[in-house]
Amino acid sequence: MSDDDQILTVSGLTKIFGEGEAETVVLKGLDLSMKTCEMAALLGPSGSGKSTLLNILGTLMRATGGSHEMLGVDLMQASEAKRTEFRSKYLGFVFQFHHLLPDLTALENVMMPAASAAGRENRIMRERATELLDSVGLADRRDYRPAAMSGGQRQRVAVARALINNPVLVLADEPTGNLDRQSADQVMDLIRSINQTMETSFLISTHDEHIASQCQRRIELFDGKIVQS
Amino acid sequence: MTPYAVKLATRHLLSHPGQTALLMSGVALGVGVFIFMSALIGGLATLLTLRTVGSIPHVVLEMPDRDPDILVPRSGAQVVLQKDLSRREQIAIWQPALPIIEGERGVTAVSPQIRGSAYVERGQALAPVGVIGVMPGKLSDIADIEAAIVDGSSNLPTDGILIGSRLASDLGLRVGQVVRLTSDRGRARSFRIGGIFTLGIASADRQAVYMDFTTARALFDLPTGISRIEIKVRPATDATEIAARLRRSTNLKATAWAEDNSQLFEGLDAQARTGIIIKAFALITIVVGIASAMLLSIVRRQSEIGIMRAMGSSKRLVVAIFVLEGTLIGFVGAIAGAAIAWLVLLPLPPVAEVQSGGLPIDRTQGDFLLAITLTTLAAALASILPARRAAQIDPVEAIGS
Repeated sequence: MSDDDQILTVSGLTKIFGEGEAETVVLKGLDLSMKTCEMAALLGPSGSGKSTLLNILGTLMRATGGSHEMLGVDLMQASEAKRTEFRSKYLGFVFQFHHLLPDLTALENVMMPAASAAGRENRIMRERATELLDSVGLADRRDYRPAAMSGGQRQRVAVARALINNPVLVLADEPTGNLDRQSADQVMDLIRSINQTMETSFLISTHDEHIASQCQRRIELFDGKIVQS
Repeated sequence: MTPYAVKLATRHLLSHPGQTALLMSGVALGVGVFIFMSALIGGLATLLTLRTVGSIPHVVLEMPDRDPDILVPRSGAQVVLQKDLSRREQIAIWQPALPIIEGERGVTAVSPQIRGSAYVERGQALAPVGVIGVMPGKLSDIADIEAAIVDGSSNLPTDGILIGSRLASDLGLRVGQVVRLTSDRGRARSFRIGGIFTLGIASADRQAVYMDFTTARALFDLPTGISRIEIKVRPATDATEIAARLRRSTNLKATAWAEDNSQLFEGLDAQARTGIIIKAFALITIVVGIASAMLLSIVRRQSEIGIMRAMGSSKRLVVAIFVLEGTLIGFVGAIAGAAIAWLVLLPLPPVAEVQSGGLPIDRTQGDFLLAITLTTLAAALASILPARRAAQIDPVEAIGS
C-alpha cells in the first residue's frame, strides 16, 4: 500500500477537557494515519482516550492541538458547517448502542444520513438502502421498526446506515459491546465482508481480543498515547 | 423546510397518536375559548347596538345653530357668541331636501316631524310630554310603534293621540279617554287616546305622545316648516358617514346616533378590550403549552437528535423538524378547535332572536380564520426556541447519554 492510499493523518493530537484544577489531558500528542481498505482495531483500557479519539476523527469533537487531515482537508481549521458536510459525505458511524430512530422503519433508518443531506428521500437512495439491508441479511425486515427487531438485527441495520453514503472510513465504537457472541460474530463477519468488497476502511474500538484478532491492524492506546500501531 | 423535515415531523406526530392528540386537544380548547369569546363579545355588541338603535333615529337633520349677527365689529373688543333664542328653530324649506335624503345610499326611512313640548292635563294631574307629529304612513318608520301597541290601535285620526304605557299608568289613563294637551305655544286642545304603546325605553314610554302631522302643525304654530327630519339607515354603523354626507348635501345640522350614545361605545370598547385580553391569554396558554411540550420532547429525544447530527444532519434540519412539529400541532389543533366551536355554536339562535336571559352569541363574529391563523403563528413561534435548543445539542453528549 503506498502513501497515495493514505486517507487520514493526525499528528501531535491533544485533547484537554476542563480548565485549571479540573483540567484533564486525555490525548497527549498522538500520531496516527490510516489507509484505504484498512481494518484496524483500537484497543486500550477504559479512560485511555479511545472514544475521544473516535469522536475527534469523526469530527464530532475538535482536538485542542495538533493537526487533523483527512482526504486533504484540514479538519482542525474547517468551520462547523464544513465539518458537518464532510462527516455526512466521507464518514460513517456505528455505536455500541444502535441509536436507530424509533419512528422510522429499517429501510428509512438506513436512508436517513443520505436523505438528511439531500433534503428528501429518492429512488436511488431506496435502492441503495435495500441493497445494504440485503447485504446485512435483513432484506425481509426492511419495513420493520427498531422495536420489532432483535439487538443483533438493529446493530446490523446501524452498520448498513453507516454505509449509505459510501463513506471512506467507518468509525465503530464498541459495535458488538451490547451483543451476544453469535450476534457479535455476525456483525464482525459483515464488517469484514464490507471492508473487502466495498474497500471501506474501519477503525473499531473494542475491549474484546476476539474482535481485535479479526482486524488486520492493532492500535493500542494507553494514557492518551499510542503505544503500539 | 425540506420534504424530509416534513416527513420526519409528521412521522413523529403520527407515531405517538396519544401524545399528539392530547397536545392538539389543548390547542383546540384554547382556540375554542378564543372563538367563543369573539362570538360572545361580538354578539353582545350587536345585541346592545340593535337594542339601542332599534327605536331611535340613526341620523337627525335639524336647522344648524345660529349665532346673532355682530352689528358693529370693533377691533380689540372681546366678542361673546350666544345662541340665538329669539327665533324658533325650524326647517322652513324641507320638501326639496327629501328626494336628496331618500336618494342617499344606505337610507331606509325618512320621517319629517313636528316636535314640541306640551303638558297633558287630566283633572288635577299634569305631566310634561314631548309631542311627535308624524306624517301618515310614517308612524313606525323610526320606532316600531305599531308593533309596540299594547292597548287600542295605532290609527291616528286628527283628534287622536298615542301615549306611552308609563304615562298612562302615571295619570291613570286608558284607551278612549279624552285628555287636554297644552303646547309650549300656549295652544290647547282635547284629544282622545287611541292607543297605548310600550317601547321598553323609559323616557319614551313616559313622555312621548304621537299625533297626526297636520294636527301637530296647528298645535305648535308651524304652518309650513318642520322641526326635524329623522332618518333610519342600514347598517346603523354607517350612520356617522351618512350623516356627514347629508350635512354636505342638505346644509342642515346632521347628528348621527353614535354622537348621542358615546357611553354605549365606551362600554362596547371596554368590553372589546376585555375580550382581547381573554383571547390573548388563550393564545399565551397555547404558546406555553406547545413550548413546554416541545422542550420535554427534546429532552426525551436527545439521543435521536444526537445521532442525526452525528450522521451529518444540519442544525437547520433539526430546527425545521421541531418547528414543523409545533406548527402542525398548532394548525391541526386550531382547525379541530374551530370546527368543534362551529358545531357547538351552530344551533344557537341569531342575536336578534335571543330571548331575555339567553347568551347573545354571534357565530359569524367568531373570528374563526383569525383564531386559526394566530394559533398557527403562535405555535410556530413557540417552537422556535426549543427547536434552536435542539439544534445546539452536542451529538457526543447526546449519544453518550
